[in-house]
Amino acid sequence: MAGGQERILKRRIASVNATKKITRAMELIAGSRIVKAQARVHAAVPYSEQITEVVRDLAAAGGTVESPLLQPRAEIKRVAHVVLTADRGLCGGYNSAVIRAAEGSMKENAEQGRDYALVVVGRKAEGYFRYRNFRIHSTFTGFSDQPSYDDARRVARAVEAPFLAGEFDLVELIYTRFVSAGTQEVVVRPLMPLDRELVLGGDGLPDRVDGGGPSATYEFEPSPESILTQLLPRYAEARLYAALLNAAASEHAARQRAMKAATDNAEDLIVRLTRVMNRARQDAITTEIMEIVGGAEALRQGHDRGDADVFTLDESRYGHHAHRPDQPAAPGRR
Amino acid sequence: MATVHVEIVSPEQVLYSGEAEIVVCRTPEGEVAFLPGHVPFLGMLGVAQVWAREPDGTDVYAAVHRGFVEVSNDRVSILSDVAELPDQIDLVRAETARDAAEEALRDTPDDPELKAALARAELRIQVARGPART
Repeated sequence: MAGGQERILKRRIASVNATKKITRAMELIAGSRIVKAQARVHAAVPYSEQITEVVRDLAAAGGTVESPLLQPRAEIKRVAHVVLTADRGLCGGYNSAVIRAAEGSMKENAEQGRDYALVVVGRKAEGYFRYRNFRIHSTFTGFSDQPSYDDARRVARAVEAPFLAGEFDLVELIYTRFVSAGTQEVVVRPLMPLDRELVLGGDGLPDRVDGGGPSATYEFEPSPESILTQLLPRYAEARLYAALLNAAASEHAARQRAMKAATDNAEDLIVRLTRVMNRARQDAITTEIMEIVGGAEALRQGHDRGDADVFTLDESRYGHHAHRPDQPAAPGRR
Repeated sequence: MATVHVEIVSPEQVLYSGEAEIVVCRTPEGEVAFLPGHVPFLGMLGVAQVWAREPDGTDVYAAVHRGFVEVSNDRVSILSDVAELPDQIDLVRAETARDAAEEALRDTPDDPELKAALARAELRIQVARGPART
């Protein structure tokens, strides 16, 4: 029946509207979090910049300082992939892009006969890899959108010990780099062994172009070796922390974009559904009018045939329509 | 008078940045004071307070729980996992932590974790209470 269509559409519009409210709220929340996350990325820059400088000065001044964390392995048997994803979905292609990059890198290493180890951060990567029966070395969840330095330290410890024990020969970091609010890119970066080259320039800091080198010989307290053994793990932590912050900012940016698209779609859908609903209503009204007219007409014609003496009294009211004996009506025709 | 530029940086933020006439820190080998013109220096810091005197005579104290200090070209950078200024320290909490650590140490006097916790709490209390010995 005619009114049913309209009622269904009305209900549908109400449901789209409710969804729109949710996506709009998520968009706004993500938007405000981007700013905070971005500020945290920037706040972390001085520390990583300065620790980088210290490592560089130490390497330059100490000359022959060696540490297992700096030593590239001759033979690479197992590569650890540290995959940074979000705990939650609803952020467009953010998680799948990181996971795809991780799988690509794992495949590449597998072709060279290298084994893998997975260190996953974020519930999404955990779910993905667990469902596909990958071996997961360790998981960290619950802090993807607001990582603290302690979280970075926990992850760093989890990869550092096996690396030093020779369980991993290479540690790779896969995450989304936050370039700007409009651009984020998935990157695969080596984390361990710490590359002397990579000590220059890192996340969020410009590549340095000072050719001056260390200005003078340093005084060390205690020895350069013992400083380095304390310093390098911190340096790895700082890099991991920067990566986590980048990933968090990217997550919020991706979520905001996805939710904005969803809100816009909902608006479009509401406009279209409203049009369809209005047409349905108009149709219903037209049909009803037709029914009334048709009904009235049918009654009149029934009376014209003269088989309804009930209507005799009404004859005077329908003056010009009234039956005239001199013009006998042709039943069934007008 | 000449000054050095001091920065106390933790991974999460720049805690303090300013000029100072003198900066004093403690490395495992003892206390070191940095004056303008100090030779390049790289040192490790223990759990100790860092003290700096600004040109107007104001003293700045900070609790530094391990870290590094780098000095070059009249810049003193203090890098620390955990560093706090006096107004960021919750004195009551630090005292509770100290009492808890002392209590626990009575049972296991050689636990290194507890000893470290006690040292941290005592440092916090010392810095929060303001200028003590330097």
